[in-house]
Amino acid sequence: MQLTLWTYEGPPHVGAMRVATGLRDVHYVLHAPQGDTYADLLFTMIERRGQRPPVTYTTFQARDLGGDTAEMFKTAVREAHARFQPGAMLVGASCTAELIQDDPGGLAAALNLPIPVVPLELPSYQRKENWGASETFYQLARHLVQPRSTEKPVGARPRCNLLGPTALGFRHRDDITEITRLLDSLGIDVAVTAPMGASAADIARLTEADFNVVLYPETALATAQWLERAHGMPYTRTVPIGLGATRDFVAEVCGLAGLPVPPTPDARAQWYSRSVDSTYLTGKRVFIFGDATHAVAAARIAHEEMGFEVVGLGTYSREFAREVREAATRLGLTALITDDYLAVQAQIEALQPELILGTQMERHIAKRLGLPCAVISSPVHVQDFPARYAPQMGPEGANVMFDTWVHPLMMGLEEHLIGMFREDFEFHAGAAPSHLGGHGAVRSAPEANETRVETAPVAAPAKPILNPGQLPPWSADAERELGKIPFFVRGKARRNTERFACERGVATITIETLYDAKAHFSR
Amino acid sequence: MSPVIPIRPEATGCSDVRPLVERGQREVFCGLTGIMWLHRKIQDAFFLVVGSRTCAHLLQSAAGVMIFAEPRFGTAIIDERDLAGIADAQDELDRVVDELLAKRPGIRMLFLVGSCPSEVIKLDLSRAAQRLQQRHAPQVRVLNYSGSGIETTFTQGEDACLAALVPELPAHSATQAPSLLVAGSLADVVEDQLGALLQAMGIDVAFFPPRRSTALPAVGPNTRILLAQPYLADTARALERRGAQLLTAPFPLGVEGTTAWLQAAATAFGVDAALFEQVTRAPRERGTRALAAHRPWLEGRSVFFFPDSQLELPLARCLQRELGMRLTEVGTPYLHRQHMAAELALLPAGTRLSEGQDVDRQLERCLQDAPDLTVCGLGLANPLEAQGLSTKWAIELVFTPIQGYEQAGDLAGLFSRPLRRRELLTAGQAVQRAA
Repeated sequence: MQLTLWTYEGPPHVGAMRVATGLRDVHYVLHAPQGDTYADLLFTMIERRGQRPPVTYTTFQARDLGGDTAEMFKTAVREAHARFQPGAMLVGASCTAELIQDDPGGLAAALNLPIPVVPLELPSYQRKENWGASETFYQLARHLVQPRSTEKPVGARPRCNLLGPTALGFRHRDDITEITRLLDSLGIDVAVTAPMGASAADIARLTEADFNVVLYPETALATAQWLERAHGMPYTRTVPIGLGATRDFVAEVCGLAGLPVPPTPDARAQWYSRSVDSTYLTGKRVFIFGDATHAVAAARIAHEEMGFEVVGLGTYSREFAREVREAATRLGLTALITDDYLAVQAQIEALQPELILGTQMERHIAKRLGLPCAVISSPVHVQDFPARYAPQMGPEGANVMFDTWVHPLMMGLEEHLIGMFREDFEFHAGAAPSHLGGHGAVRSAPEANETRVETAPVAAPAKPILNPGQLPPWSADAERELGKIPFFVRGKARRNTERFACERGVATITIETLYDAKAHFSR
Repeated sequence: MSPVIPIRPEATGCSDVRPLVERGQREVFCGLTGIMWLHRKIQDAFFLVVGSRTCAHLLQSAAGVMIFAEPRFGTAIIDERDLAGIADAQDELDRVVDELLAKRPGIRMLFLVGSCPSEVIKLDLSRAAQRLQQRHAPQVRVLNYSGSGIETTFTQGEDACLAALVPELPAHSATQAPSLLVAGSLADVVEDQLGALLQAMGIDVAFFPPRRSTALPAVGPNTRILLAQPYLADTARALERRGAQLLTAPFPLGVEGTTAWLQAAATAFGVDAALFEQVTRAPRERGTRALAAHRPWLEGRSVFFFPDSQLELPLARCLQRELGMRLTEVGTPYLHRQHMAAELALLPAGTRLSEGQDVDRQLERCLQDAPDLTVCGLGLANPLEAQGLSTKWAIELVFTPIQGYEQAGDLAGLFSRPLRRRELLTAGQAVQRAA
């Protein structure tokens, strides 16, 4: 039993719903108690879908438990088939129905429906949403995929499938467009994109393509691995998020397609990052947390393309912990692998980053701590499904991310002015970035920024942190001098000074200590 | 029952109506959802759901962005080890509660809330509550109720919670002067307004649930109960078992409903007509004026209610009688004839009432009726909008202060806004087309 106040991932049947809702003609009958229909609103409200998810729930109640819930399930399957006429059906149980052991797969098979019926076994008490999506996609492929029947016409362009996008996915809609466009520019056609937009018949003909592009390993890796084993289809390892990764991706797909590698695709982000305003991005301390794919990609972009210093990297995707640990090690960090947001919050408080890249929850944490934040990964909220075209992948994805990550920060030249005229009545540390409103008003962020972590971290953070109780006290003038340092570097200055003082056994931190530390750490 | 509703023998409205009873897929929340407002109402209580990841996910999805620094609700997620018997679920629960209470010393009342999985595996939460109560008394009172979807529909979760709280209420002795107990969660602002009106009539009034668990109201034979919410079947029964007498009235929605509701109390406490008139006149007139502003948007328009909170009948009554709307279908998850008697009498005869749900069939009826406004849950609203219908999210009617005179205009506004918006956007598109 685990105490949970908030969770990054829903139960596995919600993952199955994301797959079913992404598909065009597949209906999911879920044996579930009254109330589990709440999951519909994730799709209709957060993603603003104009159609209900293709899910029928049995919504049994206590009075039904004494009777025949199996018969209820069969009726639901029969009626859903008659009403929606799907090309294939998924059948399964949510957490409660799993306990009553009605065997949805066997019951549905007994109905002898004229369409493929795919039973799902999603262990709700062990697994979570992304695993559920992955397993559902894999089972669909196992049940529906047919061997390649036709030979490829001579001279036809190479073809691939895009695997992984689902309903409720972070920017999946726009990533599909961006990557399809990129592949087209390379001379590669997309045969099937699945699950998003595919029909049951499309799943059946996945083998017609030459290779698979795995856009989101969390949902598609298991399926791609099986297609390689069973049907000899190679698949891509690089996820094209960021310019460097897009370049690697282009080289990888060109290799798989037998095409020459063209020059690197152009993106404005590359020039923007080199332009002088971006000088002030150098070494900004960034904390990254999300699903494994987006967190690893963000770490590479932050480090190689933005010139940030990655001070923390983590994921809630335990299935992909290894990849995140490797990425963290390359950056000299220890990855934070947890699904407890309080552990994430404790590490953020300890590290005092200048920018947080995370999920909806890290945005809440950032707001509480008064830190700038951009969202890079699911779980996300309604504002993360923008009306405009905003992919994360490919060249345009790199542009979108440059804008999105820089926006919460102060403009470079503005930060420069505050550094020059520190404690001036207009250019003072308490002024918010001028493009974010709150002009002139002292925002609460600086105070929050300075708030010392008094509570013990909930989980042991990956990096050893200073225990505030053991730190030397600050003299009043040193504290005042610290206040003259712009807020966006104040946390770092405080940390560095305290570390410096601790290492040297300084009894009280004075102005001298502050500047000694500054000299020590400036390189 | 209540003399304030003059029911003429020839006009009994829907009193004898036989609702269309359906048993198919129900697109409604389970009782756990009530934690969203109960934890805001009782400010020193923590709600610990003993359930699955689905329960935790429901709570955070229903709460939307309502994740506070320290939410006063959480889920003890049952895992494989608990199910396989490797870990003793009762020991595990003790450990989780110890951990929780150590972190949150401000908690004075802890509700262990049963869920579908905990009910199906027959995890005995009442035994757990007794044991934990002994362990943590007097600091923390530990109670339990079930908010599971197999036993409770949406607002019935509050009913189960309050019913569990009734045995904890101190006794109101038979020798004390009669007092009024208003049962059902109301927003603090509404509670203050209604309390002030009742006190101005000289009625000694208390509210249940209280804002703090340490200030529980007393109940006894001299207690008269007025329900502020229509979904409190078990709570009312539990209060009656404590000797209290239930007053029958319409619910305090709209000016008419609020007046009748106050009148039921006034009659029971022998408040004279002149005093009642003097106390209620000014807010009544304000409420009437506020309603009038919305009437042009709503009058003559049709409305269809999907079942949600059991508030549907009183809302339909208010929309039909005070704002001139036409009722196409009024769906409710459960029809409690006794508590709804006054409401049923006020609904126009022949209104199509439905109880329970078969959502696909109900959607067919709704599209067939093509109402001007559909009141439905969040899972249905955008899909219906996409088909050209205007909708009002039902959950807002539960979270927003809508009871009493001063909120009558806000209540009407919740229904008129979708229609005004549609008209604005349509007019905008017409201008663009013309340009």
